Amino acid sequence: MAEDIILSTAGLTKEFAGFRAVSGVDLKVRRGSIHALIGPNGAGKTTCFNLLTKFLAPTRGTIVYNGRDITREKPAEIARLGLVRSFQISAVFPQLSVKTNVRIALQRKRGDSFDFWRSERRLKSLDAEAEALVEAVGLTPFRELSAGELSYGRKRALEIATTLALDPEMLLLDEPMAGMGREDIDRIETLIRKVSAQRTILMVEHNLSVVASLCDRITVLARGQVLAEGDYAGVSKDPRVVEAYIGSGGGHGHH
Amino acid sequence: MTDLATSEAPAGAALAETDDGTARLHRAILIGIAAALVVAPFVAYPVFVMKVLCFALFALAFNLLLGYGGLLSFGHAAYFGMASYVCAYTAKNWGLTPELAILLGTAVAAGLGTVFGALAIRRQGIYFAMITLALAQMVFFFSLQTPRFTGGEDGIQAVPRGKLLGLLDLTDDRALYWLVAAIFMAGLLAIYRIIHSPFGQICKAIRDNEPRAISLGYRANQYKLMVFVLSAALAGLAGATKAIVFQLASLTDVYWTMSGEVVLMTLVGGLGTVFGPIVGAIVMVTMQNYLATLGAWVTVIQGVIFVACVLLFREGIVGVIAKAIKKPL
Repeated sequence: MAEDIILSTAGLTKEFAGFRAVSGVDLKVRRGSIHALIGPNGAGKTTCFNLLTKFLAPTRGTIVYNGRDITREKPAEIARLGLVRSFQISAVFPQLSVKTNVRIALQRKRGDSFDFWRSERRLKSLDAEAEALVEAVGLTPFRELSAGELSYGRKRALEIATTLALDPEMLLLDEPMAGMGREDIDRIETLIRKVSAQRTILMVEHNLSVVASLCDRITVLARGQVLAEGDYAGVSKDPRVVEAYIGSGGGHGHH
Repeated sequence: MTDLATSEAPAGAALAETDDGTARLHRAILIGIAAALVVAPFVAYPVFVMKVLCFALFALAFNLLLGYGGLLSFGHAAYFGMASYVCAYTAKNWGLTPELAILLGTAVAAGLGTVFGALAIRRQGIYFAMITLALAQMVFFFSLQTPRFTGGEDGIQAVPRGKLLGLLDLTDDRALYWLVAAIFMAGLLAIYRIIHSPFGQICKAIRDNEPRAISLGYRANQYKLMVFVLSAALAGLAGATKAIVFQLASLTDVYWTMSGEVVLMTLVGGLGTVFGPIVGAIVMVTMQNYLATLGAWVTVIQGVIFVACVLLFREGIVGVIAKAIKKPL
């Protein structure tokens, strides 16, 4: 039986001035799964992530999303296809209010907003939806605050609300827990689990306990190549994986 | 998720004003400006006020690009000056009525902005600024080398002010003033609307975080080009109007110092504030006029003010006021 694959890569390779950061990666992400991309430092996770989100162009290889070759698409175009990324450093619009941040994403539904002659009052119809999303991530008391004034954990929560406003079919999360305390991690984990219901999620994550509890399938990268793939129990027992992590001085966030 | 919110209530935090309150304040300020425009020619020398208005519109246009698009152009003199030349040339040699000459100048500035903008937005930050400067210098040398069009070092002098719509004689300063005031007000309202439009929202988002805006599916370059063209066109409107007011278009208008001056006005007034550039233009033009007897010292004094401004109040005059009353201006 053919698996329902939403995103796949074949022979994905990226070279930087002779250095091969990602080398012949074949990745298959099942529709509806939470898939993790892990590996020791310098394994090529972030490069791989940037290739998938089109922020880098691959040297070789193809990327297929929903049966469509997106290898040469531009970043804004794949977002329009329903494949939306988050950033490792919190990505908000700092000078805009929390509510406006979310509304910027909701504005996408209007198509392109080139209408410079219209009043922004037109956007009021989006406010209710924006406020509902702000509520969902618990930021209601801060909705009129500039996003730049939020604490780190709340910025991440806002980023997730903004991303969800696009109602993406697939989410690419770049270390969603990076730099977070235990408390925030639990909240974001709950949130990710909640939003994964009708979506596919691919995440790069260092925190292995998060990966263990959240992800259905794990791909381990080392030196730019796929080292192992499977569920957490299988992968964590794989001697090559253990060696890769110990060989590199251990992974981050072991618990 | 509720814990995330309640753990630190924003009781004392600087809550952004509700949209409605700010809109009301802005409307009051716009009405105040309109009232000031009506009174101005009776309390000040009309030509001086018209000069202020032309430069204020120029600075407003520049601020639209830098303050709301996040794009620092060091070559805005190109659009200001080229529109000035086109307006002066067509009014003088083709006998166009002033409104048509001004519109034509504005259109040429928009066209120039489209070409230069399309080239410049391919690069970011300092490279963007350098490309705009280089392109503007090309316009300067073009102006210098084509005396049949620009009058070379002499410029285009004795531009007829003509008759508005072929009917209303504008030779009298008072008569011309109302046209200039109307153009300024229209420009200000247009910019106000652009900033507060759905398009303006996306521009601000791109200014704040371009990769994020792209990842949400916005084709950032198209927005940047659009705001660039709008800014160039409005800068052209200011330049063309100035040609009619002073009956002169000269190399000064396309020289890089003009690009620098508009940066100065915007920063002194308040970058990224709606009304700051107007205040900046008033301060700078007033200084140039009243300190003119000091000759070269004007530049030195301007430099000192600029340095003081950057060191002491980076938000500019209006920016500081906005901070004090906790409302965006």
